[in-house]
Amino acid sequence: MKHRLLLVLCVTFAALSSGLYAAKKAKTVLSTPAIPQMTSDQKALHALNRLTFGSRPGDLEEVRRLGLDNWIDRQLHPDSIAENPVLEAKLQPLDTLRMDAKELIRHYPPPQIIKAMVEKRQPLPTDPETRFMVQKMIARYERKQKGGIDARTDLDPKVSMDSLSLTLEQKQALRAGTPADKIAALAAMPEDLQWDVLDAMPNGARLQLYKFAPTDLRRRIQIFTGPYQVVNQDLMTGKLLGAIYSNRQLEQVLTDFWFNHFNIDIDKGADKYLVTGYERDVIRPNVLGKFQDLLLATAKSPAMLFYLDNWQSVGPDFKGRGPAQKRKQGLNENYGRELMELHTLGVDGGYTQHDVTEVARCFTGWTILQPQMGGEFSFNPRQHDDAEKQVLGITIPAGGGMSDGLKVIEILAHSPATAHFISKSLAVRFVSDDPPETLVRKMADTFISTDGDLRQVMHAMIAAPEFWDPVNFRSKVKSPLEMVAGAVRAVNGDVDFTSAMNNLMTQLGEPLYRKLEPTGYSNHSTDWLNSASLLARMNFALALTQGKINGVKVDQSQFAGDTLQVERRILMTDPTADAQNAIDTGMKDQQAKRPAGPLVAGLTLGSPDFQRR
Amino acid sequence: MALSRRIFLRNSAFAMVGVGSAPLWLQKAALADDAPGRRKKVLVTIFQRGAADGLNIVVPHGEQQYYDLRPTIAIPRPAGSVAGESVIDLDGFFGLHPSLAPLKPLWDKQQLAIVHAAGSPDPTRSHFDAQDYMESGTPGLKATSDGWLNRALPAETGKVSPVRAVSLGPTLPRSLRGANNAVAVESLGNFNVKDAAAASVLQSMYRGSQDKILGGTGRETFDAVSLLQSLQKTPYQPAAGANYPPGRFGESMRQIAQLIKADIGVEVAFADLGGWDHHVNEVGPKASVGQLAARLGEFGASLAAFCQDLGDRMQDVVVVTMSEFGRTAKENGNRGTDHGHANAMFVMGGPVQGGKVYGQWPGLAPEQLYEQRDLALTTDFRDVLSEAVYQHLGNRSMTPVFPNYAASPSKFRGVLKA
Repeated sequence: MKHRLLLVLCVTFAALSSGLYAAKKAKTVLSTPAIPQMTSDQKALHALNRLTFGSRPGDLEEVRRLGLDNWIDRQLHPDSIAENPVLEAKLQPLDTLRMDAKELIRHYPPPQIIKAMVEKRQPLPTDPETRFMVQKMIARYERKQKGGIDARTDLDPKVSMDSLSLTLEQKQALRAGTPADKIAALAAMPEDLQWDVLDAMPNGARLQLYKFAPTDLRRRIQIFTGPYQVVNQDLMTGKLLGAIYSNRQLEQVLTDFWFNHFNIDIDKGADKYLVTGYERDVIRPNVLGKFQDLLLATAKSPAMLFYLDNWQSVGPDFKGRGPAQKRKQGLNENYGRELMELHTLGVDGGYTQHDVTEVARCFTGWTILQPQMGGEFSFNPRQHDDAEKQVLGITIPAGGGMSDGLKVIEILAHSPATAHFISKSLAVRFVSDDPPETLVRKMADTFISTDGDLRQVMHAMIAAPEFWDPVNFRSKVKSPLEMVAGAVRAVNGDVDFTSAMNNLMTQLGEPLYRKLEPTGYSNHSTDWLNSASLLARMNFALALTQGKINGVKVDQSQFAGDTLQVERRILMTDPTADAQNAIDTGMKDQQAKRPAGPLVAGLTLGSPDFQRR
Repeated sequence: MALSRRIFLRNSAFAMVGVGSAPLWLQKAALADDAPGRRKKVLVTIFQRGAADGLNIVVPHGEQQYYDLRPTIAIPRPAGSVAGESVIDLDGFFGLHPSLAPLKPLWDKQQLAIVHAAGSPDPTRSHFDAQDYMESGTPGLKATSDGWLNRALPAETGKVSPVRAVSLGPTLPRSLRGANNAVAVESLGNFNVKDAAAASVLQSMYRGSQDKILGGTGRETFDAVSLLQSLQKTPYQPAAGANYPPGRFGESMRQIAQLIKADIGVEVAFADLGGWDHHVNEVGPKASVGQLAARLGEFGASLAAFCQDLGDRMQDVVVVTMSEFGRTAKENGNRGTDHGHANAMFVMGGPVQGGKVYGQWPGLAPEQLYEQRDLALTTDFRDVLSEAVYQHLGNRSMTPVFPNYAASPSKFRGVLKA
């Protein structure tokens, strides 16, 4: 029996990898011509372009100071790099990023939980501060239900400033004062009164205060706009801040890559509260670890089980009791299909529809306890189809229970097709839209020989001469996140809050955490550009350098000097002749009504040159 | 070989638009030459996000079951009820919700048809999945990367209009994503580089760029910008009697009308409006109040204004509406309805054989309902959409538009004039 399994395994792997072997033979016959290499300056910039979210002023010098190999090695070992204290300070107020799903629901409840608390089906939070906040939300909810709140202004006419115990000065400041006056008046009030005043303000007025408010008040304004939305806003803010400020840049880039590879859309029901932990605990710790660990962690994550419906997938004999259980009707193949097509083997990875069904059967019973309450992974043997299965020609005997799914993970993680598919995806993101097969093969060989050690695969990619081929220099188009984070990095922007950038990401076609399809966002250059998003890039670039992006301060004195100096400071290299000429000619026609430096910087960030990495 | 008239016209027109002095005839001539048959056939699709309640929108008032299933939120029968608070009868069996009164004249003119019990055959009741399936045009298949409306564009040769496929909204919807160039325009007035001085520098930078991808997209972008900016020179004045209601949807329809009337090569357009997920307070104490009435008021008035605005141009236009699924036949305990299955689709325009409710009515008796709770499906939404693509856009290759679905004229419902 054991022998038979082994034999089938060998045959399957041989069949899957025969294409690779054929290609390998060809390689020994046709000796690869020597690949030309970049200059050392280009190399340093290329490393920054590909392994970070773009260069900050001084980064190039740092690479030179540490030595390129040493700098790369440190990025491959993020724990060896001290994290930027600026980042840590900016992340501090975003408490949701440190909570588990149950805490998130308790502190930032969705409308249906608030409703349940109103109807006393759910207890109020015990922690006094949270309880206070939730009581305010409940009061508001009740008034909304009674139709007491104007949907347009979000204002309850019965709750006016006049009904609050405010001094004349306070009323004066809140009614007619500048935003700074209003903030000062609010800051001087006890917290209870602050809430009441915010409650009595129309939504527009609250949002106007947002950009001037200190962090804690800003938080309260956010909560008023929608408590559960804070969870998503914090995630977006955290991602942008990490991309802009983290010293562990490669880890940030890889977390983005692997989240996207195992994509989840935060708008799908319960995933609203599950994505935070998914990115933090499932993706991030594994991006330089073993692929199999990463794969298993995603397979068991409530976020993925919910997103691809596996939590509802049950064996043929399962009869649900109660309305929630009754909805579980039979096999759901979504996860089984995407697991092979998108997560491991790739669409041409040699599996059939029969394999999809069999894999789905293996994962029946992998479910979530109370997904809407932030529940955790659980294996339910009653929901599991425990009969024999055949996956990619391998027999999985009856009676395996949860081990069926574990076996599938193991088979897929060790398939040569997976090694190739993962290597190619990484190479497309980091090297070229159309990476040379010689490079992908080197990476896949490393994947196989190191049992899917992703740090080693990354190392093999960077060590390969193909990585440093001059044709790859600035050959990729930046994704929206790379463009936005890269622009803020290039001008050393000081980010206070990111709501403007969060909205911008939507305009640019990459709303963070909101890619609906399990495919994730494309890693190909051409897919990122359409007319509307290109215009949005230009408008962002011009607004950023002229200090017009809310929440981002940019020191304009850095843009002193002639046009070429400003362009070089941003691009870290010479601009193309097209861009330089257009800016030179354009600036000559400008009247000296406004400082030239910020405009030149904006034009450079909006140029075709800056869209490349 | 001499410089062709076409290239000359196009280049000079755009060059002049760039400095804001191209006479209108020259712009139009350039485009007319580029886009053969400048009065394009246009397909406008509208997505009602959130699962609209088809049974309270196109009401089967002739069926007693409907009133039994919805004791508090049914729309009263037409006869003997207060006008404005009861069904507007269409054919003795079906009728419109009273808030859709602005659409009744279109029905009477045979420019409005309804396909009832239509939708996606996929059993999902998740908004997320169902919208995805409907917009990709591949129910049950999640990995489809593009949208049916993008694939529906007929093959083009030569220069294509930069605004051939337009969506009104901040992002390109799933329906329009794909290989054909499509633009998302949040508002025509804002589709530009906001800093005028910088705009001209960037325009010349991108037009002169050697960068294949960025230069190409940049040129398309600035072509579209010039085109749309030239439309903004004079404020748009809708035709007499076309009163678009305030709100995003009315604004979207107004801008689509403006684009169509400008003859700049629009072939497909997309707009959506959300807020149809009426689990609670769907119908208030009277039919004319409550969440559904408010939504329908905006929906109906916008569509009616659009038809009025386009006038004779409706001969070239077909509008199709869809929503991801319908709602439960029975009302729930909160004066609302829950997620259901089949729904009603509206088809409007000159080419429509209107004044008729199409599709087979499955009935609302317990055994006739889908899973004993929802309106059963008798028309696949792809049969309605493929008829529009085939008959109206003239795209005869159906397989790429709806893969894994044998769309064919034999399945068309005959909603459009052949």
